[in-house]
Amino acid sequence: MAQDVKPRVKVPKSAAAGDAVTIKTLINHAMESGQRKDADGNIIPRSIINRFTCEFNGESVLDVKMEPAISTNPYFEFEATVPEAGEFKFTWYDDDGSVYEEAKKIAMK
Amino acid sequence: MTLTRRKVMVMGAGAFVAFGLPLRATAAAEDQIAAFTGGAAIGEGGITLTAPEIAENGNTVPIEVSAPGASEIMVLATGNPTPGVATFTFGALAASQAASTRIRLAGTQDVVAIAKMADGSFVQASSNVKVTIGGCGG
Repeated sequence: MAQDVKPRVKVPKSAAAGDAVTIKTLINHAMESGQRKDADGNIIPRSIINRFTCEFNGESVLDVKMEPAISTNPYFEFEATVPEAGEFKFTWYDDDGSVYEEAKKIAMK
Repeated sequence: MTLTRRKVMVMGAGAFVAFGLPLRATAAAEDQIAAFTGGAAIGEGGITLTAPEIAENGNTVPIEVSAPGASEIMVLATGNPTPGVATFTFGALAASQAASTRIRLAGTQDVVAIAKMADGSFVQASSNVKVTIGGCGG
């Protein structure tokens, strides 16, 4: 599942200092729960993204520990305070060791 | 319909299966709650869990948790094979202690959210979701 993983993040282009901005993230991933069986009755091994973090200029905004009950193509929506211009960094950690990263710059109004 | 002894036995067995399964799963959920709270008492209020009353498709059920002043929020699906769903840890730059996501539910069940407040106390909220099609495959 390490291939074809494309994170998509929606962050406003600019904000006033101290403003709260809404962030939406989506990443395509099968999130194989480890509960399903294939046509031969063998259990399909678990393969999920187990952690998602969002940081702004190195400071933590949100850290999510994810379990198999998160749906396919994990989606998160949350709010962050923007004290200054800078960069949001989003990181997803896969069970297989892959790390998917995305960054978005935000400017001051 | 006449009630024969055989029908009564079948109904009894069905009821036992229906009740036995959620009960077992709930025990696992309680273990997770105890691990999260460390056995501390859990209060009410101060946390909101928004989930649909009826979810047609258990594969993607939109939920939203919000607990102003919380440092962590754990979400559990008590009727899933593994009750854990997600644990949100809010950092210094989180503008609100709230998040939305989409989760899988194996069947009709209670979804529980427990928040750890900044002062170390715990509050919980739960919401019953009726699921038409389960989301865990089989």
